[in-house]
Amino acid sequence: MKTLLRRSAALALTLLAGAARAAGPAMDAAEKQPVNYTAIAMFVAFVGLTLGITYWAASKAKSAAAFYTAGGSITGFQNGLAIAGDYMSAATLLGLTAMVYGQGVDGYIYMVAFFVGWPLILFMMAERLRNLGRFTFADIAAYRLDQGKVRTMAAISSLTVVCFYLIAQMVGAGQLIKLLFGLDYTIALFVVGALMMVYVTFGGMIATTWVQIIKACMLLAGGTLTMVLAMSYFDFSYPRLVETATGAHKLGFKLFTPNTLLADPVNAVSLGVGLMFGTAGLPHILMRFFTVADAKAARKSVLYASGFVAYFFNVIFLMGLAAITIVGQNPTFFEGGQVGGKLIGGGNMVAMHLANAVGGNLLLGFLSAVAFATILAVVSGLALAGASAISHDLYARVIKKGAASENDELRVSRFASIGLGLVAILLGIAFEKMNIAFMVGLAFGVAASANFPILILSMYWKGLTTKGALAGGFVGLVSAVLFVVFSKSVWVTVLGFEKAIFPWDQPALFSMPLAFLVTVLVSKMDASAAATNERAGFEDQYVRAQTGIGASQAASH
Amino acid sequence: MGDPVFERARRSPHFAQLVAARGRLTWLLSIVVLVLFYGFVLLAAFFPGVIGMRVAEGSTLTIGVAVGLFIFVFFWLLMAFYVWRANTAYDALNAKIVNDSKFGTGA
Repeated sequence: MKTLLRRSAALALTLLAGAARAAGPAMDAAEKQPVNYTAIAMFVAFVGLTLGITYWAASKAKSAAAFYTAGGSITGFQNGLAIAGDYMSAATLLGLTAMVYGQGVDGYIYMVAFFVGWPLILFMMAERLRNLGRFTFADIAAYRLDQGKVRTMAAISSLTVVCFYLIAQMVGAGQLIKLLFGLDYTIALFVVGALMMVYVTFGGMIATTWVQIIKACMLLAGGTLTMVLAMSYFDFSYPRLVETATGAHKLGFKLFTPNTLLADPVNAVSLGVGLMFGTAGLPHILMRFFTVADAKAARKSVLYASGFVAYFFNVIFLMGLAAITIVGQNPTFFEGGQVGGKLIGGGNMVAMHLANAVGGNLLLGFLSAVAFATILAVVSGLALAGASAISHDLYARVIKKGAASENDELRVSRFASIGLGLVAILLGIAFEKMNIAFMVGLAFGVAASANFPILILSMYWKGLTTKGALAGGFVGLVSAVLFVVFSKSVWVTVLGFEKAIFPWDQPALFSMPLAFLVTVLVSKMDASAAATNERAGFEDQYVRAQTGIGASQAASH
Repeated sequence: MGDPVFERARRSPHFAQLVAARGRLTWLLSIVVLVLFYGFVLLAAFFPGVIGMRVAEGSTLTIGVAVGLFIFVFFWLLMAFYVWRANTAYDALNAKIVNDSKFGTGA
């Protein structure tokens, strides 16, 4: 395995170096930036370091527990950094800076909504997740229910969330890398896909965790440095920052009044519901709770993670406001030198231009490498969550009914990681030209409507039965997807119809309550003998959820 | 299924105590978070003008930014409080329950 790993590492590096050379002047210059050697050097350093860690992790990721959850050996602080790394994608850095730059306080309110899922996860879920789960969140959803059926449902909705999220990440990755590094879109996708397969297939959760930790540190450092340098333009004074920004921005002081994002109250609340409860249903985030030793460490990791996330969101707010003056007034960042026209590279490049303006090519290179590393890390976390849904839930528990050997299960999960990597590359190519702004919202919508209701009812409601969970889970999944398909962002923007059938962009306010309602009604009507047993099973589950009794034994075999 | 360990834990007087105390704190904090956050979202949706108001005459700080920053800091402090309570008092209770659950016939 090690030789294979070394060979694939060499292949990835050759690909990267070859791509850098290939992306010379022959490529269309309008879309791509010139090759940025600082960025490439820093990125190669990141890749080298993480491949080294993967090499080390490969010798440890031999058992299922080590592969899926790093054997519960991650500390609360490390896991906190890794969760923050999983949660803050390149879209967070680039998209939210751009949002503050363009719409001011809308971006800040959006970030608040992105943050408030964490307190609820801590108060209601963290310790129960750790006490009940082993490898995937389906362990908890199916705890006292029909393993085969509920795990199948949970795996399907997990894979749906993972795929939507992967599309958003891969398309973003391709476009970003094309811009920042001057690499061809397809080559960029293959680089990301290949590296992700290497990390996940060989290093499992141990390597994925360390990739997340390194990336989170780079992101925090790069963002902080850019913010501090930018704030020095305003003598580190918030009033001066605000005065110059409102003076320069076309909205003036209206920059601090909600603009388009929250104009429709139903959409605003639905967005809040989707982001808040979607966070609590993302499979790659939930999986991170099983990598620590006990409930105590699980709680600490949420506290650390949310501290990093809250801090970084405020850094982004300052970056966005500073960019209004520093980037928005500088003709070199606009196409044709036209201030107020189209930003070079598109709206999402605000953070990169800011880094260039305040820190020169070196900081631009560093932040570009950070963005690439971020995509890679998030994609790896997603692939691992998807692979464990396939191998641990579908293969070991549904197909083999618990009789699969650990080696077989591990082999399946490695093939699944490779498969998911290929799927991610293909999806990235297929969706290249599409407006995929709705994808992350869709992933959160499905997570909030299919995963979250079943998970929370399994932990809190004695009456939940297999039939109820299946009905509610599928209703949540299908309704969230349909509402988004029928909304303006897909029905009109992507499919080109005249008028949207579903008037709001955010599905969660409707699909999540619908899923809860169907789950509860069907569970209540279920009078089968199996349902009686399932309700009786709650008592023991409840004791274990509260105390962790039985959890340590479960993790060790 | 029907494991006597769970039965003994459930019958421990500390179990009822833990569940009641932690449950109270969980619901209290969750309700604070839900009310404040959705209050903020509804304020932004129905009274956007208020979000853009300056907190004081001539100040550059606006109500929306002040409340947003307050939510980040206050929610994190609530989380820190919960972690402290759970990792000290509740875990001490939990240790007693685990001990009670081992008590009795050879488990």
